[in-house]
Amino acid sequence: MGKGITRRDFLKTTAVGIAGAGLASFPFESVAQKGVPDLPIKPEKGAAIRVLRWSVFVQGDKDLWDKNTKKWEETTGCKVMTEYISWEDVRPKAAMAASVGAGHDMVLGWHDDPHLYPDKLVDMTDLANYLGKKYGGWEAVCPKYAINPKTGRWIAIPMGGPVNCINYRESWVKEAGYEKPPGEVYEFIKMCKKLKANGHPPGFALGHAVGDGNNWTHQWLWTFGGKCVDKDGNVVINSPQTWAALEAVKELYDTLIPGTASWLDPHNNKAFLSGEISATTNGISIYFAAKKDFPEIAKDMNHVNMPIGPVKRPTELHLFNQAFIFKYSKFPNACKHYIKFMLEEEQAAPWINAMIGYVGPSLKAYKNLPIWTSDPKITPFRDCIANMLWNGYEGPEGVASAAAMAEYIVVDLIGDACVRGKSPKEAAQIAEQRLLRYYKKKTPKKG
Amino acid sequence: MENRNFLGFLLVFPAEAILLIFLAYPFVLGLWLGFTDTVIGRKGEFIGFANYASLLQDSTFWLATYNTFLYTIVAVFFKALLGFMLAIVLNRDFKAKGLMRAIILLPWIIPTALSAIAFWWLYDSTFSAISWTLMKTSLMSHRIDFLGDPTNARLSLIVANVWRGIPFFTIGLLAGLQTIDPTLYEAAAIDGAGSWKRFRRITLPLILPLMAVITTFSTIWTFGDFQLVWVITKGGPANATHLFGTLSFQRAIPGGHFGEGAAISNFILPILVICVLATFKFLRRED
Repeated sequence: MGKGITRRDFLKTTAVGIAGAGLASFPFESVAQKGVPDLPIKPEKGAAIRVLRWSVFVQGDKDLWDKNTKKWEETTGCKVMTEYISWEDVRPKAAMAASVGAGHDMVLGWHDDPHLYPDKLVDMTDLANYLGKKYGGWEAVCPKYAINPKTGRWIAIPMGGPVNCINYRESWVKEAGYEKPPGEVYEFIKMCKKLKANGHPPGFALGHAVGDGNNWTHQWLWTFGGKCVDKDGNVVINSPQTWAALEAVKELYDTLIPGTASWLDPHNNKAFLSGEISATTNGISIYFAAKKDFPEIAKDMNHVNMPIGPVKRPTELHLFNQAFIFKYSKFPNACKHYIKFMLEEEQAAPWINAMIGYVGPSLKAYKNLPIWTSDPKITPFRDCIANMLWNGYEGPEGVASAAAMAEYIVVDLIGDACVRGKSPKEAAQIAEQRLLRYYKKKTPKKG
Repeated sequence: MENRNFLGFLLVFPAEAILLIFLAYPFVLGLWLGFTDTVIGRKGEFIGFANYASLLQDSTFWLATYNTFLYTIVAVFFKALLGFMLAIVLNRDFKAKGLMRAIILLPWIIPTALSAIAFWWLYDSTFSAISWTLMKTSLMSHRIDFLGDPTNARLSLIVANVWRGIPFFTIGLLAGLQTIDPTLYEAAAIDGAGSWKRFRRITLPLILPLMAVITTFSTIWTFGDFQLVWVITKGGPANATHLFGTLSFQRAIPGGHFGEGAAISNFILPILVICVLATFKFLRRED
């Protein structure tokens, strides 16, 4: 996740981005499905809604979000009070509101948040259906994140996610004999070996990095067919597929720059921009920081989606953002109307454009916006949400999946195998024991 | 207002109220939460000692216990040793004594979050100034992996904690040293005591009660440390640097298990109580 230097860099670069890519592309062709009947929602008169959302990584996000909000206020005569807080603090604050039954009316939260208190959220099914119909349908992962499995009703509206790709240096990858990083995982490891031999090792975060660590390690495990739990939440991590993933990742780890076991979220950004590493996984933030301060690197870098292993389909994980409304709110309709308004093309298109590829859309039609092809280096980020699975795959969303991620069980699994010399089976056993603390009630009976 | 007791109560009330609301209530709530299965967004039920029993089965918890004791014992030992040595040096007469004493306080004054960020950069796997200097001066051929290796990471955090904690010992002990009557030293010198003997027989016994109090305070703070570790490693690599404080936070807030997080915090309590009682007993013996 590009925080720290990169966020500040965004502040400055997005202005250029909007002027260049964003505004130049207007007026654009409509991406909405024609003839979809409108969903009438009547905001409560004089509603004043309090919104809790994550503080932006990209200044363009805030600019356009606030601008659209103002537009909504003018249209409806209602008021919005938006509180921006650090993205990691949204969960406890929203949970507090849920448990005391007072506070923000609406939250833009992360991953499993709605499944921590599903009974306290307003039904969004009608809005989800309407938006889905009008904008080309939801990406496959969305229902898993937004539908309460017990009732089959939508309890949140997916807003998209700040997504990751492989960021790489073109010249060094070419020097290693590749046009671009291979999409097959073993070929990818081969390329990394060559990169290292040429003195340009890659680097992937293996410390307790909330975004950058969790995302690529889950993807790696899943692409070999390994997973923490099955559909019913039984722990199945100690499997031949997991061992294979660990064997392979050990090979990958041998090619990495030393020290990745200590990397937190900002490390790879710094290492990439200083020319220490040839490839990493990150959001588009590095590219925009490079554009501003290191034009040579920006010219020489590019992105591809994560490599795919034996399961032969994408299994990515990205931060995933959704909007949900608390039942205790006095203004549920105003909130719903607000979300609808923000995701309608007139508002959403300029908003997505202003973020220049940072947040991948959850509604398929928004992949057709010109921003995604305005610079070919942005294009891979467009498909990330379509390529992703959900946190806690293949089990249900909830307290257990949230806790397992917060405990870095998968990051540590990879770290145990790579850094701390555990055999794949030992590492998988450790992870199994740790997972059983959260999924313990559903342990499969042996025999 | 005639009643002195009532007036006394009235005057003390604001302070008492603040203590009750902001200290006693959260403290009792934390104790209570440790006996419930509260998870984020849901009210918990009383489950007795189940959290504690489950923690005793948890290898991560044991690792954090080991880390916490190692961190506390090693860090407090070196803080006490180096702090005492520094205090003795500063107790002598030399030029710019006042300035030196002020400078010594700096690590203590700087907010921990800031000094933690400074150490985070010093320990960076790629951009560490320490590694850079050693490589530039050809003393090393490769960068040091300060935080990626479990042993190095523990050591690095202890060094950072010692750096931060020395001034507390130095200033505290320096104040103590200055209260020692110089005539004692003069009398001992006349009787033929050398400097080691004077230190052993006069300085040490007189400073020991103060040392015990300062060490107790330092132990309490080191045992409950959070910021330094959370900023520099977030408990990584592979939980090798998790302390009770960081593990408790991780489980309770991002992990959503309030009950379990509180239970981890509560483990700190009996240990600190023992620590304080031991100090009191020692002090009473001294009397």
